[in-house]
Amino acid sequence: MHEILSRLRASLAALEKAAPHAGNGLFGLGLPAVDAHLGGGLARGGLHEILAPATADAGSAAGFAAALALRATEPGRSIVWVRQGYGEAEAGSLHAPGLAGLGLDPDTLILVRVRDAVSALRAGAEAVRCSALGAVVIEPWGEAKALDFTASRRLALAAGRSGVTCLLLRMATAASSASAAATRWQVVAGASPPLAAGAPGHPTFDVTLLRQRAGTAGQSWRLEWNHDRRTFRDAAPLSRPVVPVPAGRPAGADVVALARTG
Amino acid sequence: MSSRSHARDEAAPDRGNSARDADGEPAPALVFVEKVRNALRLAAVGRAARRLGLVPGLTLADARARIPGLVVAEMDRAADAALVEQIADFCDRYTPLVALDPPDGLILDITGCAHLFKGEANLRDDLVGRCARAGVEARTAIAGTPQTARALARFGATAIIPPGGEAKAVRPLPTAALGIDPDTAIALGRAGLKTIGDLEPRPWRPLAARFGEDLVAALRRTLGREDIRITPRRPLPACSAERGFAEPLLDAEAALGVLASLGGQVMQALERRGEGGRSFEACFFRTDGKLFRLAVETGRPMRDAKALMRLFTERLDALADPLDPGFGFDLIRLSVMAGEPFATAQAGLDGRAVEEEEVAALVDRLGARFGVQAVQRFEPADTHIPERAVRTVAAAARTGANPAWPAPEADMPPARPIHLFDPPQPIETLAEVPEGPPIRFRWRRVLREVARAEGPERIAPEWWRGSGELTRDYYRVEDVSGHRFWVYREGLYEREAETPRWFLHGIFA
Repeated sequence: MHEILSRLRASLAALEKAAPHAGNGLFGLGLPAVDAHLGGGLARGGLHEILAPATADAGSAAGFAAALALRATEPGRSIVWVRQGYGEAEAGSLHAPGLAGLGLDPDTLILVRVRDAVSALRAGAEAVRCSALGAVVIEPWGEAKALDFTASRRLALAAGRSGVTCLLLRMATAASSASAAATRWQVVAGASPPLAAGAPGHPTFDVTLLRQRAGTAGQSWRLEWNHDRRTFRDAAPLSRPVVPVPAGRPAGADVVALARTG
Repeated sequence: MSSRSHARDEAAPDRGNSARDADGEPAPALVFVEKVRNALRLAAVGRAARRLGLVPGLTLADARARIPGLVVAEMDRAADAALVEQIADFCDRYTPLVALDPPDGLILDITGCAHLFKGEANLRDDLVGRCARAGVEARTAIAGTPQTARALARFGATAIIPPGGEAKAVRPLPTAALGIDPDTAIALGRAGLKTIGDLEPRPWRPLAARFGEDLVAALRRTLGREDIRITPRRPLPACSAERGFAEPLLDAEAALGVLASLGGQVMQALERRGEGGRSFEACFFRTDGKLFRLAVETGRPMRDAKALMRLFTERLDALADPLDPGFGFDLIRLSVMAGEPFATAQAGLDGRAVEEEEVAALVDRLGARFGVQAVQRFEPADTHIPERAVRTVAAAARTGANPAWPAPEADMPPARPIHLFDPPQPIETLAEVPEGPPIRFRWRRVLREVARAEGPERIAPEWWRGSGELTRDYYRVEDVSGHRFWVYREGLYEREAETPRWFLHGIFA
């Protein structure tokens, strides 16, 4: 009995070793303040979760995911985007010229449309195993029962082994379930610094780092995406805050007492 | 020897063909009826009914008057056709060239196949025996042309006609055996020409003038003077490999193992031809006549048996009902339905070619699992109407050069949304000036206050489509909470619409 257990432990340890989170390198957001907080950047070949709390934020979350996928991907490599059919009806279909406007060449994108969340996860897991890709975006819709800790662990291990960054884009959910993701972000639309004549500006996201496996979390930033340089920059402060900054926690504070999870 | 077999399956009438019941009573006369010109007529009759003198075409009232204890059933032509299709599937084991001869016949081109079954007679016996075990009575004939075989099977005796013996075999048959329309047959009968033998010595030219060229063609073919190919119901494979089992295979796993070794064989065959396969089909023939077909397609020519097996297992996983061996498989065949010249790619130093191969293989696997149409790539279309500006095409099917996408304008925010609604979603708006952007609007029951706006970008309808669409004025708007939307007003004020309607077409990042 003991022998079996120790053998299982050994094989588990071997599996863990096979997923070197740091071995695949890091990719930063291009903004020193954020990158420093992340310990240099996000793990390439890791699993990162992006949450959009409401349907209206689906566009922002998708844009943030596209931006992260671009940052994680070497030029010329393909990106696979798995979408659940229901999301299409709720939040609209992915529009290629819009992606091109964010700097993502639609020609590098392979879109997989599946019926349900289980299929989305299966397709995503299959894609993550292919080391020739740059990044994989998996977009199940709503509170997916299939997306439990085991499923996320499987994705994280596969990503670690292939070195393909996996972005789990979860729309219309305030997931509190356990997950094996390296980081978890919440994205809502942010008021953009206006252009001339009061025109809406560049894509702006109010992101909150909800969880970080290897560090503290809880910070919020307002990020603006620049498609020319493919980098984030700090959005200029506005005259009036549109989304309130969490009380007693100025943006950029680095000591936050939060229990490590995941 | 060029030989053809014709198997005629009297499917429907023979269902009630048990000659006697268990207690020794004679089986009741069974007939199938159908409404023809407002009268219920017999469409098919069972053997017992035929012995009592009932024939198809009789009205049901007449038949009832003659035989009071008649058992009547509705004719179900769709079910018959489905059964014939199933028998045709089963006949695929003998030859890939199977054609339907409606309503209840099949024509098999067994040229070059007979020796695999140790001769034509053995092949025929095997086919008839298997059909009989499944409860289907088959009447067969083997002859040099399909028409001869057909005439013999339908109107003559079960026979194997040696080459050159066609004319002699069909001479005693009635003219209807030519497969001509009944009116012509009646007209010929009135002229005293009852059999094919009566027709043959006549001068054919006047026959053609009176009854049409078709009659002469049918005559030529039935007499074996002219041979034409049949049109098979399924496309012919480029190459295939199969394995039969004397003892049926009861294990689905073992069946897949056999498929893997067949995969090795077809890949070798493809290599000899310098080709790779684009489309593969696996056929599992069950002893009870059922046939499972599994098809996979690949995005580029493939010659890798292992990768092919992965595609097949993906395909199997996606099936609602698994591969059920039932009483066992007795034949497994793997066919390459389409091949293409296979270029052995030289691996570049940067490994780009290898990566492209890997991505193509991933697309194939995803396509096998979720359907080829589910894995897509974007292609630009030459139009300004946003919902038609992009097509999605199956990633595996896309060929040719990569399309060029317009590069985004430097230091300008995206002009198009990341999510697009098709169809656009109607919104209620309150606009300050008729030609301006809305100052607030309601979308999905949420009232949104517009803080910034840019526009309009006017997109005119494509008049050459003639679809009566209206001009659209698009605005990029941002509400006070920072959500950016793409809204448009449909129709120009006072020129196209009295009160233009507003729509939300997309969401920006």
